[in-house]
Amino acid sequence: MNYGTKMASGIEPGAELLRIENISLSFGGVKALTDVSFDIQRGEVRAIIGPNGAGKSSMLNVINGFYHPQVGEVWYCGEKRKGIKPHQIAHQGIARTFQNIALFKGMSTLDNIMTGRSTHMSANMLSQAIWRGAAEKEEIKNRRYVEEIIDFLEIQSIRKTPVGRLPYGLQKRVELGRALAAEPVLLLLDEPMAGMNVEEKEDMSRFILDVQSEFGTTIAIIEHDMGVVMDISDRLVVLDYGKKIGDGTPEEIRNNQAVIDAYLGVPHE
Amino acid sequence: MQSSPESSIDTFPKYLVRNSDVYASRAAMRHKNYGVWQSWTWAELFEEIRAYSIGLQLIGVKAGDKVAIVGSNRPRLYWTFAAAQALGAVPVPVYAESVAEEMEFVLEHADVQFAVCQDQEQVDKVLSMTDRLPALQHLLYDEHRGLREYSHDKLHSIAGLQEQGRAALADNAELATQWLQGIEAGQGNELCVMLYTSGTTGRPKGVMLSYDNLLLSSLNGNAFDKLDHTEEIIAYLPLAWVGDHVFSYGQFLTAGYCVCCPESGETIDIDRREIAPTYFFAPPRVFESLLTTITVRMEDAGKVKKAMYKYYMAVAERCGEKILNGQSVDLVDKIKYTLGNLFIYGPLRNQLGMSRIKVGYTAGEAIGPEIFSFYRSLGINLKQLYGQTEASVYITAQPDGEIYPDTVGKPSIDVELLLADDGEVLYRSPGVFMGYYKNEEATSSTKTADGWVHTGDAGFIDDDGHLHIIDRAKDVGKLLDGSMFPPKYIENKLKFFPSIQEVVAFGDQRDYATVMINIDLTSVSNWAERNNIAYASYQELSSHPQVYAMIREHVDQVNRDLSEEPRMAGAQIKRFLVLHKELDADDGELTRTQKVRRSFIAERYIPLIEGLYDGSSERFISTEVVFEDGRRGEISATVRIEEMEIYGASELRESA
Repeated sequence: MNYGTKMASGIEPGAELLRIENISLSFGGVKALTDVSFDIQRGEVRAIIGPNGAGKSSMLNVINGFYHPQVGEVWYCGEKRKGIKPHQIAHQGIARTFQNIALFKGMSTLDNIMTGRSTHMSANMLSQAIWRGAAEKEEIKNRRYVEEIIDFLEIQSIRKTPVGRLPYGLQKRVELGRALAAEPVLLLLDEPMAGMNVEEKEDMSRFILDVQSEFGTTIAIIEHDMGVVMDISDRLVVLDYGKKIGDGTPEEIRNNQAVIDAYLGVPHE
Repeated sequence: MQSSPESSIDTFPKYLVRNSDVYASRAAMRHKNYGVWQSWTWAELFEEIRAYSIGLQLIGVKAGDKVAIVGSNRPRLYWTFAAAQALGAVPVPVYAESVAEEMEFVLEHADVQFAVCQDQEQVDKVLSMTDRLPALQHLLYDEHRGLREYSHDKLHSIAGLQEQGRAALADNAELATQWLQGIEAGQGNELCVMLYTSGTTGRPKGVMLSYDNLLLSSLNGNAFDKLDHTEEIIAYLPLAWVGDHVFSYGQFLTAGYCVCCPESGETIDIDRREIAPTYFFAPPRVFESLLTTITVRMEDAGKVKKAMYKYYMAVAERCGEKILNGQSVDLVDKIKYTLGNLFIYGPLRNQLGMSRIKVGYTAGEAIGPEIFSFYRSLGINLKQLYGQTEASVYITAQPDGEIYPDTVGKPSIDVELLLADDGEVLYRSPGVFMGYYKNEEATSSTKTADGWVHTGDAGFIDDDGHLHIIDRAKDVGKLLDGSMFPPKYIENKLKFFPSIQEVVAFGDQRDYATVMINIDLTSVSNWAERNNIAYASYQELSSHPQVYAMIREHVDQVNRDLSEEPRMAGAQIKRFLVLHKELDADDGELTRTQKVRRSFIAERYIPLIEGLYDGSSERFISTEVVFEDGRRGEISATVRIEEMEIYGASELRESA
């Protein structure tokens, strides 16, 4: 158990894990987010949607501590977040994937996912270098966990392949693997299905739902494909021009006039 | 126990008991899981299967019950065979990738009471048809993923059942003895397994095989190739196929060798390299695709490597087979071959995972002579075999030293052959099946009263006593001018080109022969890349003028070959087309063992076939396709049809 899982251990499924309160974020004169509030409950798939430039990625960057909003508060596991660095956030059990894949291209799938275990390695540098005792035990334990993820994501056949050589869809899957390797409490997925074909999207949706049910991970997802989002998420937040214009279940969002006007155009049947 | 005569061991569970004693500490099975090869010794395997079997007993499996096995080559699925058989139940392996409809037919027809599934996908498939399977009582699964939320009233994990079995064994000391007594009571003439034939025509038929059938065939197979407990094989072919059943189960238990299960369907090439099996079996397709991969990769290799490969492969072509057959070769060639072995053949064999192969077999379809010779010239003892589910595999096989690419060998041990007047091959052997399940009519039309079985294949026996197979007896037809039309013969000639994946020939009761061709995507896409040909889809690539030009050359070559054979000259290909979609088992165009279903295709592509015979230069076609999850879609295209030159037999001789 790492620090993050300890932190979240008291929070039951369905209870509030993260709360965004009246967040406003601007870059110079550009207002990226204006007075946005919502919460994420433990164990749910929470989607953040909106047209291009609505502030979705900014929101994700606020959640994982990369951006610091000028106004507003972020509450995580019942604690108000103070000035904190992204790597500390990682230690609190928040992991993410990126819109434009950020893997180590020259490294194998296995090694890439292994880097996701860094928060679970505590042996000191000397013992790592000699690779005896604690370091060895730790590596075996971590490797085993990584192998379980490889098995889970069905990427055994590319275990030793440098990720730069893999097709896009598989790279996305490896990135998900690396995020999972951290055993996150809250997993942030930034457009995990962008640029994928229908079949790859179906696979990825399946994996996301399996992550939720097998590991009990809470997932916040940004995605453009409305069909997919409506199918896999429990609740959605809709942003437009940096403002929240909708919040609720897929059914409620489908019938929300403001959302329809801003984004969907016509209701999906 | 070793001293007891072999004949008293007349069932597979009895062999399991024997092996757990004789080979107790030898590896019996391996499975690559979490990136590491995990193994079980025979003693451990015995314990696992016993626990599983007792677990099955607890949920009510009893003698005579049918237990379906749905999934790929995983240890627990193989254990299911022995665990069920120990209780007198009959395993019925089913092709895992069958669409729900096909599977339902088999499960319903076989009256299965229990189904053992690999994972959620298969469980879902079986659950979707429970309404129509009144006999079905319980479902078992190997991989728990995604099944947590399912109701577990009638759903059990194999591991869970094993735990229950172990607990029951610990509670009751008598149980183990009773279980062994149950095995002792089993007899050789009992029904051992039911294998459904893939059915190139009509519905699949359930072939009932007894222990005697499979045991004798397996023992004969072991004796023929001198296989013993030191062999290691990799299990990767469908469980429901008789070949896999004999190699990965029958011979595994009778010889006591080690079966290795790959990590997943996609990792077989890597896993085979790691295991380096000593005994290997594959349909020609596998050898073809391996060769295609090698060729493609060599095309991309550096200049030096490419030149070396070319030079030494020419040496191997010249003398490799002779050296393998033990014939005398020129000393210079011998030295060159030895060098080649060091630089090229050895590393290549290693790359293919064939560095330890004692004997390899190909069967199921004809293999291209070039492909066959390629592997043999590398020093791999690849042989051909002719078999059927109804024969428990073995009908004929090539003995060492008598290998010819165009024959399927001599009758296997204890097999008698007979040729009917119309050229159909008949056989009689101890492996001959008991009958088709619930299908007396088919049984009596296939198996004569005195035990001869109709193969349905036309062939002849040459002067050396080797059997040649020409085609399915009922497929050999005649053109309107009276000349012979053997479709498969023509198709195979074309399929031997790496850029051609599948071919369907037409011509029976027609004016001339025509073909529909499927390109091989791996090979052709690589070729396209090297020649700067841009394409967006399979459909676009297949209709590209340059692809047509290449295929045209191949067809022309085949016509030249055919014109040189007096009996076949009339069957030259007059017109051809390249299909816009791959023939697929999900669309019913191929069987699950990837054989072409000719009559079905003839019906499905009527407009194209009309086009082949009415002189038009293109035709529009729209066909329905089925996706893996059962949804349907439509593919349409305008397919071009091209005319070929026909060679007169004499004309060619003049020009030569």
